[in-house]
Amino acid sequence: MPQKNYGATTVDVDAEGYLTDFSQWTREIASAVAREEGIAELGPAHWKVVEFMQKEFKENGQAPSIRRLNKSGVITTKELYELFPGGPVKKAAKIAGLKKPEGCV
Amino acid sequence: MRKLVILGAGTGGTVMVNHLRKRLPREEWAITVIDRDNEHYYQPGFLFIPFGFYTKKTILKPKSKFLPKGVEFVVTEIDRINPGSNEVILQDGRNVGYDYLIVATGAEIVPSETPGMLDGWRETIFDFYTPDGAEALAAKLKTFPGGTIVVHVNETPIKCPVAPLEFAFFCDACLRRHGKRDKVEIVYVTPLSGAFTKPVASQVLGNLLEKKKIRMVTDFNAEHIDAAARKIVCYDGREVPYDLLVTVPTNMGSEMIERSGMGDEFRFLPTDPNTLRSKKYENIFALGDATDLPTSKAGSVAHFQSEILVENLLRAIEGKELKPDFDGHSNCFVEMGRGKAILIDFNYDTEPLPGRFPFPVIGPMPLLKPSRLNHWGKLAFRWVYWHMLLRGRKIPFVPARMNMAGKKRPDNAPGGLK
Repeated sequence: MPQKNYGATTVDVDAEGYLTDFSQWTREIASAVAREEGIAELGPAHWKVVEFMQKEFKENGQAPSIRRLNKSGVITTKELYELFPGGPVKKAAKIAGLKKPEGCV
Repeated sequence: MRKLVILGAGTGGTVMVNHLRKRLPREEWAITVIDRDNEHYYQPGFLFIPFGFYTKKTILKPKSKFLPKGVEFVVTEIDRINPGSNEVILQDGRNVGYDYLIVATGAEIVPSETPGMLDGWRETIFDFYTPDGAEALAAKLKTFPGGTIVVHVNETPIKCPVAPLEFAFFCDACLRRHGKRDKVEIVYVTPLSGAFTKPVASQVLGNLLEKKKIRMVTDFNAEHIDAAARKIVCYDGREVPYDLLVTVPTNMGSEMIERSGMGDEFRFLPTDPNTLRSKKYENIFALGDATDLPTSKAGSVAHFQSEILVENLLRAIEGKELKPDFDGHSNCFVEMGRGKAILIDFNYDTEPLPGRFPFPVIGPMPLLKPSRLNHWGKLAFRWVYWHMLLRGRKIPFVPARMNMAGKKRPDNAPGGLK
């Protein structure tokens, strides 16, 4: 199992850098992962998304779809792309310490 | 008299009623099947219509033909389920009460979910997930002078997740056969990060796209389609121009589910992934495309689920605990054109892997590798579908639960064992 160091903390990650053990997640690690993903600082809007994703994951065992984020009223898809450029759900999941969203087969 | 009601007489509903009429005594149980029409399409055949191999007529039979005797078949639109009073409300005003309900109302394309998609609908934008769409596309392809064909997946999950890939492969093969491949650029646009959701199959299928000179655009979420300028626009600003757009629009469950207030954001019914019972209602079960389960929306899945759902429904009736037996098993042929197809077999935990199927080593069908035998398997499956699968007969050597024997994870594979 690969590991990764963020400051003084070592966490278990998968091959793509997603945390494999959510109990190791902290807000500091989230900020460090965000920087790696090109997001200099996590603002309140970022945190709102991250926290919603964690809540959904806890309830449903999977990260919410873009559609769900949109429909839940947390954030519009356009804003989501502005906050997490590139693949927003994947980036937000990584920052939130969740496993990589697989999408359905 | 106790009452079982099945909503939908597609693959899942038909298989279930064929199983259950045999298992529930006629003197104790009345069974009613409700569907909005009496047209049963062999849906894997839609892919073959745009290329002129099939027509609508070739793959259409009446639903009633596949229902057993001793079952009431009602053809009408369902307004909604009222789970509080155990009733189904029909649009003609009738109410149908139930003791147990099976939801098998499937999934459908909803092009109106993407702004602009309907602007060029069936002019320069086509689907092949409906019989009419597939026939309209056949006519369009016949006279297509050349240019860029974009094969597009709008949003996941979709029915038969490999169908758009098959469409791209078929397009390539047909154009080559007619000596026109150099006049057409084929682009595959997907919201996924690769050709498929799972790493090993994604790599194999991605390599095949590359080999066939089909350009892949990944992580693309269409914000809107500019039909006048003929381009799809991603939320991140990327644009993909097309001359002909073959899209798989957003797939959603039946509007009836939404009217009943029972669906998720895609109108799919929240369902226990292993027992197939509704997460909320003890006397409601679901199978096939109508569920929210993280497995393929495909006929093979409905077939595998049916064997488990029959047992669980009978256990529920007898007051026994349900068995968490469904493992997400899915099995499908991926048509490549030129007489070859790939076969994939997987479940919730095990992604499609190379190997042999259904028997280890001797196969005879190779997994995750193009072969002629798989192509013949795909063609033969139409017969199996009408004559065995819908009637609830077991398909020899293919059990409801996935078998790991015969599969091998490549040593250098991405992903890794879960």
